Amino acid sequence: MNERVLIVDDEKEFLEVMEERIAARGMRVATSMSAKEALTRIEKESFDAIIMDFQMPGMDGIEALKAIKEKKPELQIILLTGHASVKRGVEAIKEGALDFMEKPADLDELTEKIKEAQVNKMIVVDKQNKKVVDEVLMRFGF
Amino acid sequence: MSYDTDTVGIAGLRFFGKMSASISHEIKNVLAIINENAGLLKDYTLMAEKGLDLNPHQVCAKAEKIMAQVARADEIMKKMNVLAHSIDEDRQQTNLDVIIKLMIALSDRTAAMKTIKLELSATSESVSIITAPFFLENLISLCLDFILNMADEGSVLQLGCEKTKKGALIRFTQPGKLPDEQSAGFSDDTVTAMMAALQAELFMDPALGEIIITLPKEI
Repeated sequence: MNERVLIVDDEKEFLEVMEERIAARGMRVATSMSAKEALTRIEKESFDAIIMDFQMPGMDGIEALKAIKEKKPELQIILLTGHASVKRGVEAIKEGALDFMEKPADLDELTEKIKEAQVNKMIVVDKQNKKVVDEVLMRFGF
Repeated sequence: MSYDTDTVGIAGLRFFGKMSASISHEIKNVLAIINENAGLLKDYTLMAEKGLDLNPHQVCAKAEKIMAQVARADEIMKKMNVLAHSIDEDRQQTNLDVIIKLMIALSDRTAAMKTIKLELSATSESVSIITAPFFLENLISLCLDFILNMADEGSVLQLGCEKTKKGALIRFTQPGKLPDEQSAGFSDDTVTAMMAALQAELFMDPALGEIIITLPKEI
């Protein structure tokens, strides 16, 4: 199954080259130049993974991560940063990021993370669906 | 005029650290773009080995993108070098417009994070004085931090310098007012020590959204 990936970064050149490289690996790629734009996009489209820069104009990575998780808890987010510190990494994971990688990232490693994200998302969605079914069954006394 | 060397020294180290962190962050972004474009060239080669046509124009375009990023990194490093050398001498003949342009360039990303644009004001002129450039860069950075925390998203902050009878002034102008309460708290120990080191005076006009630093012709 083709993974659907959203890349969010304010560096246009980075977005373009990442889009081409990830698409060449058989994934479907969309891009956004800001966290705000990404938040609008996730309302309309479905993604398995979001690869997002930690430092962006208007809304930083942690703020964006919280906002995305609030809207779509099942979404798997991989944060990219110029300088990965343990403190930031822990903060990101605590807020629900799948991983926290330093730029320049290894594309093979990132590809593996995207595949992991797709699996994780399916598990979360399955759990959400099961919960809904259980609630319906309870309501009707089954 | 005497000044608190400890306060100025600590503030100077903080300022240099902050600028170095910002510059290294920008360089990492450039390296990430170079890395991915080089990776893409490798992808093309692997595809060619599997029998797919290699498009020379595509390869050339990627090579040009790498060269453009190398030029970008070179510009960033030149600015870093100017900043590093500004502490070579305690005082030296200094072009204020050059210092302002440097500080705009070095602070541009920090401002962009707050969706604020920094620009040289149209009325800025070439002014040369004898001063301590590193302390002045530090003071400009403190003023910028202060205004950037107050300015509205999407606003434009202008910086410029002008000649005066006694030397020169640097003007920071942002659209809208500066809140009175926070403005009163701006001149903390660090700012006061830095101004003493530069023999500068600082005036704030919250209603006009302006901060003005006056500097003597020579310290």
